[in-house]
Amino acid sequence: MFVYVIRRLLTAIPTLFVIVTLAFFLIRIAPGGPFNQERGLSPEIKANLEAQFGLGDPLWLQYVNYLKNLLHGNFGPSYNLPDFTVTELFAKGLPISIQLGFSALALALFIGGILGIVAALNQNKAGDYSVIALATAGSTIPTFVIAPVIQLLFGLTWKLLPIGGWGDGALINKIGPILTLSLPQIAIVARLMRGSMIESLRSNHIRTARALGLSDWSVVVKHALRGAVLPIVSYAGPAAAALLTGSIIVETIFAIPGVGRYFVDAALNRDYTLVMGTVVVIALFTIAFNLIVDILYAFFDPRVRYD
Amino acid sequence: MTDTAITAPVVGRSLWGDAWARLKANKAAMFSLFYLIAMSVVCIVGPYFVPHQYTTIYADYVRTPPSFSAYPKPEMIETAMNDAVRRMRVDVKEWRQEDERVFITVTSAKPLDARNIRYLDRSDTFDNAKLESTSADGLSAVMSATIKQQYFFFGTDNTGRDLLSRTLMAGRISLAIGLLAGIVAVVIGVVYGATAGFMGGKTDEVMMRIVDVLYSLPFIFFVIMLVVFFGRNFVLMFLAVGAVLWLDMARIVRGQALSIRRQEYVQAAEALGVRSRGIVQRHVIPNLLGPVVIYMTLLVPQVIILESFLSFLGLGVQEPMTSWGVLISAGAKNIGTANWLLLFPAFFLVSTLFALNFIGDGLRDALDPKDR
Repeated sequence: MFVYVIRRLLTAIPTLFVIVTLAFFLIRIAPGGPFNQERGLSPEIKANLEAQFGLGDPLWLQYVNYLKNLLHGNFGPSYNLPDFTVTELFAKGLPISIQLGFSALALALFIGGILGIVAALNQNKAGDYSVIALATAGSTIPTFVIAPVIQLLFGLTWKLLPIGGWGDGALINKIGPILTLSLPQIAIVARLMRGSMIESLRSNHIRTARALGLSDWSVVVKHALRGAVLPIVSYAGPAAAALLTGSIIVETIFAIPGVGRYFVDAALNRDYTLVMGTVVVIALFTIAFNLIVDILYAFFDPRVRYD
Repeated sequence: MTDTAITAPVVGRSLWGDAWARLKANKAAMFSLFYLIAMSVVCIVGPYFVPHQYTTIYADYVRTPPSFSAYPKPEMIETAMNDAVRRMRVDVKEWRQEDERVFITVTSAKPLDARNIRYLDRSDTFDNAKLESTSADGLSAVMSATIKQQYFFFGTDNTGRDLLSRTLMAGRISLAIGLLAGIVAVVIGVVYGATAGFMGGKTDEVMMRIVDVLYSLPFIFFVIMLVVFFGRNFVLMFLAVGAVLWLDMARIVRGQALSIRRQEYVQAAEALGVRSRGIVQRHVIPNLLGPVVIYMTLLVPQVIILESFLSFLGLGVQEPMTSWGVLISAGAKNIGTANWLLLFPAFFLVSTLFALNFIGDGLRDALDPKDR
């Protein structure tokens, strides 16, 4: 197992390298630059700024320098927020996004899982149909509709929650964003759980367990669930990577100072270092969670062995 | 001797006929199909029947709530009249309303200009202004004007544009983008996937590695880069969105092509000496069509969501042109004061997405019954 993890981490290096290279050159090919503002800077100042950040160097040299800095864990300064380095920006925003994303994922796995099991145990009955209806709604209604509707209902009509803002991390400020983030996930998890649970309940070892007279609870939770969680584990990996690195829509609508907006704003302002930083962070999260999924797989399914 | 009943020869049903029969039995899918057709017709034809242009700004009707009764409401007449009279730089002495017309007596320190009544005509509330009489010294006059009856079933937006006509125009754009970008994605995906699947070997390997690499880049990175490259051009948006979504299609088609090639009926055809062109026409294309049609119906809502998402970020369709995403984005910013700006476009978008998803699910059940 240990060897396997090491090997996986080593194969992640070329993947990361390809992604960094591709992103670096793609954003550089895009017309415009970080200092092309509408109120144009005077040419001297622009030249000075570009010299300071080494933007006048040939592209290959900039690329080599960037890679060198990256290997030292230095993401460089942000061009458009000149008082901050990219590392500082992430140190500020990432904990916020992770908190929201992690809570949403935990909520989705818990509620979605229970709903899926309930639906599977009542297959083709009222309970099943209501879970399916909920899941269809949750996966069809886009986030940018759910978020303002939550604001409208809970914030303005019932006045239960603040409409937006982070409020230094007060719990009440987190409820709206977490709810918005988790609803689509609950829908997907419930649907996956329902499908895999139905399949799991049909398998031979469950029939044996029932024949042995085990209680329903024991059959479902101890025996059927273990086989049924596998599809959810493999879904939850990429979903976690996406959730923890922030949602543009949710963070914009609820005015949350997370990292979700960094990418779009940086790409539009040609804030090269921040774009690259975001790409690297997202890639790292994706690689890490894919690895975690594979390890968890071995834990849940003893037939999977990594030697 | 008895007559034998003449029976028509038994006609077998084609697989497509079977699929259609299965689809017809699916109530949710059929209802969705009719709903979608109705929605398309309303969005295409509707704007011609709404008396307001989607770009016309009614300064007197900024953020008016939706209502089935005609505007102006009684209490709005006085405000609108005062606005118009203020522009004439005269004072209202008294005014009264008789049926559909208002009569306004105005006074001024300077002699009144008869052309002043044009300010009443220019207002969105009045029409057919007339100068009824002028006093002998020319310092006071009676004007009259018809009250223009207007209907805003969906209310108006922040600048006083009719939301009904905007929602319908937005529907045209969103549906058109969904369809066109969907077609672009399907064409690229099918050509790429089919090529990889049929060439096989090294070519397949290289082509699919490229797809893998593109997959590993954050999806939003791609979209933003395309927007950055192509600018905020409307037609290029179709292409950009379509160009991003072809990856899944390519994988599906390649897998399908590979599996069809190994099917026994294809081997049989090869053994019988059918040329590869014939095999492609007779066996491969009909078998590919099912998954492609299913994927396409599920792709269209994805494209509509993606377009709305981009518009939400301000990267999509630009004003005064509009799409459901643009309207919802404006609505989300005004939920405190004008929630209809969110609710109507959101209802149109969400109901269309539901319909498309039900049709997609229905088609999957109809065309691929083993997956039920």
